[in-house]
Amino acid sequence: MGIYLPIAEMAVNVFVLLAMGAAVGFLSGMFGVGGGFLITPLLIFYNIPPAIAVATGANQVIAASFSGALSHIKRKTLDFKLGTVLLIGGVVGSTVGAYVYALLRALGQLDLFISLFYVVFLSAVGGLMLVESLNAMRKTRAGIAPALKKSGQHNWIHRLPLKMRFRTSKLFVSIIPILALGAGIGFLAAIMGVGGGFLMVPALIYLLKVPTNVVVGTSLFQIIFVSAYTTIIHAVANQSVDVVLAFCLMVGGVAGAQYGAKAGQKLRGEQLRALLALLVLAVGLRLAFDLFVEPNNVYSLTAAEAE
Amino acid sequence: MRRAALSILAITIMSLGFASATSAQQTANPETIEIGLSMDHVMITAGFSGTDLTIFGAVDNADPFVSRQGRYDVIVVLEGPARPIVVREKERVAGIWINLDSYKFLNIPMSYSVATTRPFQDITDPASYKQLSLGVANMYLQPSGEDFRSNVTIERFTAALRELKQTTGLYTQRIGGVEFLSQNLFRATLRVSPDVPVGTHRARAFLFKNGVFVRETSAQLAILKSGFERRVFEAAHQHSVLYGVFAVVLAMVTGWLGRVLFRRD
Repeated sequence: MGIYLPIAEMAVNVFVLLAMGAAVGFLSGMFGVGGGFLITPLLIFYNIPPAIAVATGANQVIAASFSGALSHIKRKTLDFKLGTVLLIGGVVGSTVGAYVYALLRALGQLDLFISLFYVVFLSAVGGLMLVESLNAMRKTRAGIAPALKKSGQHNWIHRLPLKMRFRTSKLFVSIIPILALGAGIGFLAAIMGVGGGFLMVPALIYLLKVPTNVVVGTSLFQIIFVSAYTTIIHAVANQSVDVVLAFCLMVGGVAGAQYGAKAGQKLRGEQLRALLALLVLAVGLRLAFDLFVEPNNVYSLTAAEAE
Repeated sequence: MRRAALSILAITIMSLGFASATSAQQTANPETIEIGLSMDHVMITAGFSGTDLTIFGAVDNADPFVSRQGRYDVIVVLEGPARPIVVREKERVAGIWINLDSYKFLNIPMSYSVATTRPFQDITDPASYKQLSLGVANMYLQPSGEDFRSNVTIERFTAALRELKQTTGLYTQRIGGVEFLSQNLFRATLRVSPDVPVGTHRARAFLFKNGVFVRETSAQLAILKSGFERRVFEAAHQHSVLYGVFAVVLAMVTGWLGRVLFRRD
């Protein structure tokens, strides 16, 4: 069944969109990420113009993360205070990101930068997570209890000024790295159409040493607001949010997410992280392939500004 | 009014009879071509996946001798609204494919669909097509001329533009898409792509006799988004802040509903 997208101005198959949303929703429910890093490249592979894929991806991420955050609120595994500080940084970052986005689009290099950002971040995060989770798996097999948070162990981040206490996360840490992290992820969210969960989750665990059970909920909380902000900014600046497209993806996504969350509970933490790492790496490699292999057609068309 | 029309008709019939009697008179009464669209607008609705547009037409003052031999040819074109367009060319830089060179064209029809009675080479010669700017291979694509580039470069970009428009299905040709139903009545079937741009499209019909261009005519066709699609588009452009807020609220409600309906914990 075809459906006409009023903003993208093209006809697509509604079942493809629902299936795409459901598959990504399942994975995002399983791993506790918004799924933006999967949905935006998938939309681009499906010939949706990148500008619309990015803005609409941000919109769809809200639904998935809102749904996820609700269950974390219920389980009290959401640190509102930490989330709010991350968010302040995020708003600044995504405002800058939206300007850079418009600038790159005018230069005709937007697609390249979207791909480059994806390749760099997905490969780096995927690679690091894979190494870490494989190590953790080896340790569990050897019978050593995994310890991500060792008390008394501090890195340079904990020596920065402007410290603040976060009770839910059992943290006493400077707000500078938190704001910076939020800003960096907000910036990427605006350019890549992602909530940044795949960056936020490892950063909170490894850099700030936030307890793993609080990480997912807090990350989802901040993602809701950053992607909501990104969606509105794109809607105002570029008119590139397609609600019909986003809605089809969301419907598939929220259904898939609930089943994914259930499937995720059956797996152990390090297995989950290893699988997520493989998935992230696969998407990164697929995009790298497009950058390095000669395209079918070296030419492309873009609508020019009328004079 | 009716009487005037009748008398014109009578004169036409008389002259028709006269024309077929003497071939010298034929040149004084050249053939004309007319077309009529089965509809004056095409609605793009939620389920739109392209359509076939039928255009009926007639050749007036047709020479029965020529039409019996099948020496009349008709080419019908449906041309979308024209916009400036930039063609970008990727090149390998440090192993990565990057958009490097680009060239701008002006007034490029966003869509262009052609139907002909016979293959192009059997109707008339390439020079005539060029002159008429007719057919995907021969239509004139206006270079912007704002930066001085060699003709070779411009031709390279022009060829790329033609090819890309064809691969995306926006420029199509249907050989045999025009059929003569009688000696002077014809029917053209044109492809309207699922990605057809909205706006005013122009249908043009070209008549050829013995391989020589005789006359052309045109009609207009509006391609519109239907109520819902149009409202969404207008909302996104005219009330973009509200539209953005709506998109966010919609996502939250969907997320909440999804949890209520599908919850598994």
